[in-house]
Amino acid sequence: MIRYIARRLILLGPLLVGITFVSWAAIQLAPGSGDYFQSLVLQYPQISPATIEGLRARFGMDQPPWIQYLRWLWSIVHLDFGLSFAYQVPVTWLIGSRALNTLLLSITSMVAAWALAIPVGIYSAVHQYSVADGALNVSAFVAISVPSFFSALLLLYAAFWTHLLPLQGLTSVTYDVLPWWGKVLDVGWHLILPTIALGVFSVGGLMRYMRNNLLDVLRADYLKTARAKGLTERRVILRHAVRNAINPLVTLFGFELGGLLSGAAFVENVLGYPGLGRLILEAVLKKDVFVVMGSLLLGSVLLILGNLAADILLAVADPRIRYD
Amino acid sequence: MAHDLVAARVAEQRRREAARARTPLALAWRQLTRYKLALVSGAVLVAAYVIMVFAEFFAPYALDFTDRSLFYAPPVGVHLRDAQGRWHLRPFVYAYRLVDRDLRIYGPDTSRAYDIRFFVRGFRYRVLGFAPTDIHLVGADPPARLFLLGSDQFGRDLLSRMLFGSRISLLIGVLVVLITFPIGLVLGGVAGYYGKIVDNILMRSVEVLASFPTFYLLLTLASVLPATLSSGARLFMIAAVFSLVGWGGLARIIRGLVLSIRELEFVLAARAAGLGDLRVIVRHILPSTTSYVIVAATLSIPGTILGESGLSFLGLGVQEPSTSWGLLLAQAQSVDVLTHFPWLLLPGLAIVVVILAYNLLGDGVRDALDPRQRSS
Repeated sequence: MIRYIARRLILLGPLLVGITFVSWAAIQLAPGSGDYFQSLVLQYPQISPATIEGLRARFGMDQPPWIQYLRWLWSIVHLDFGLSFAYQVPVTWLIGSRALNTLLLSITSMVAAWALAIPVGIYSAVHQYSVADGALNVSAFVAISVPSFFSALLLLYAAFWTHLLPLQGLTSVTYDVLPWWGKVLDVGWHLILPTIALGVFSVGGLMRYMRNNLLDVLRADYLKTARAKGLTERRVILRHAVRNAINPLVTLFGFELGGLLSGAAFVENVLGYPGLGRLILEAVLKKDVFVVMGSLLLGSVLLILGNLAADILLAVADPRIRYD
Repeated sequence: MAHDLVAARVAEQRRREAARARTPLALAWRQLTRYKLALVSGAVLVAAYVIMVFAEFFAPYALDFTDRSLFYAPPVGVHLRDAQGRWHLRPFVYAYRLVDRDLRIYGPDTSRAYDIRFFVRGFRYRVLGFAPTDIHLVGADPPARLFLLGSDQFGRDLLSRMLFGSRISLLIGVLVVLITFPIGLVLGGVAGYYGKIVDNILMRSVEVLASFPTFYLLLTLASVLPATLSSGARLFMIAAVFSLVGWGGLARIIRGLVLSIRELEFVLAARAAGLGDLRVIVRHILPSTTSYVIVAATLSIPGTILGESGLSFLGLGVQEPSTSWGLLLAQAQSVDVLTHFPWLLLPGLAIVVVILAYNLLGDGVRDALDPRQRSS
């Protein structure tokens, strides 16, 4: 097991080089439209070509693409992610605050989704073929069929007409003058809408997954044994069935960890949430190369670690699984 | 005598039914019909694709039709009884009248009723790309406008644009399946069949691919597409981007299936008969994965549709003047527009219906084809 983890971690390096190389190549291949500085000329014709060249040299963009890439790689090794062209601030700084916001949203939404989906899935499986089970199943199907940007738009519409929740952003205008508990409440208040928009999809999927797993387990012989021993139904379900049915969900948990940074992009865009997804969209549109590369790198690292965590968790939860 | 005849007939019919029921296809079909939701979903999808093919016939207005005096007009009211309380035989509409210039509030101009007419002449088009005609399902005489689902910021008919947009939204999923599945099948088959180095190289590349945050990768790749591409070329490029991201997962699972299938006796028999490797893989091993592949294909289409509408929603997918449901929904992004002109949300509903139908159909097909994976 340790050897397996070590091998995966050693592979992480080459993998990341590969990923960044492909992304860099993709950005460089962008034909016609040119780079960020070229687009500056279109926006502000008064900028002199000399200024543009100066900016280029400052960011090392006057070099051939492969040298730019090697330079970028070299600075990454030194944990220097470079400067954002558009904001003229370190990428680390820019990404850091945005990534924290996104994590806040994703984790809140994930916790809420799991807390809701697991009990509902259990209920649905235990009451298979009941009216409630049918209704829950259909709702789950609808939930996994609604794109998150559409659910965000619908929630926005509802929030506007009911005046119940704030529409945009993460904080109110008065945020800076609030006491600390007021700040917490304010952020929590703003989180409700994006959390629901983001969570609907995972609740549907998780619930169905939990239900189907539990249904498989409920047919097992050892449950008959448990009942025959005279255990209460509650104990049979919760201690014997659910424990085994929840195993496969552990893998899912790992994958969700990996997607924490990249899963919320649509909701962030619709609801004006200051997260990483919105940042990367802006950066891609502006061709703010270092920001794009930095976010991609961060997202990839988290994804790979999440996948690894999924494998490890599965092995821990299920002794039948052995690597190498 | 007569009794014997009846008995013989019944026996014959039973034999026939049994024979019919034994073919795998018939078994699957019988299973599928047990899932009413899946059948209804299938019917919805067939209807959607038929309407898509004949979009020009169903659309009251052309893709580029604009009435600049009627932007953000709400869905037109269809009446049978007019303002004077008289009943009409044909359903009719009123022309729009601007009530409030600043808030763009429209009301009906009840001075004259305009009949909704069927099989009217309108803009010219070619059925299926060759038969020229100008017949449309419905229409109303100007100055009345048959904006059944309202109009957008340029005074374009939302319904017509949704019908034309369905071409891209509905086709992209199928297109991506047609690209990724042959690649995934062959590469997965080759990896599983040969094992060792080939397997290692292919599966490591799949792992690299799986380590990209898909959405960011899609964003980056989509932003690379030049703005000058024609809409058809752009559709294919977007499909190519999705395929590039999507073939890995399938290849990996096919590889796993092939690993166990290649040990079976019929594969040995095929090889003993002197068949080439590729022939063994394509003709003998891969057909055993059919039921899995059909299910996976059905369930992968909604994912692609979702992805395309998301990209277009963010402005990186399909570009004006052509359109897709995601791009149409992008108009509703601002709070002001969304809250005052809510009919612009309808393209989102179309996305939900189609994705839901695919999901339900895929679930039913899985239960029908692959009893081991049965969900309940």
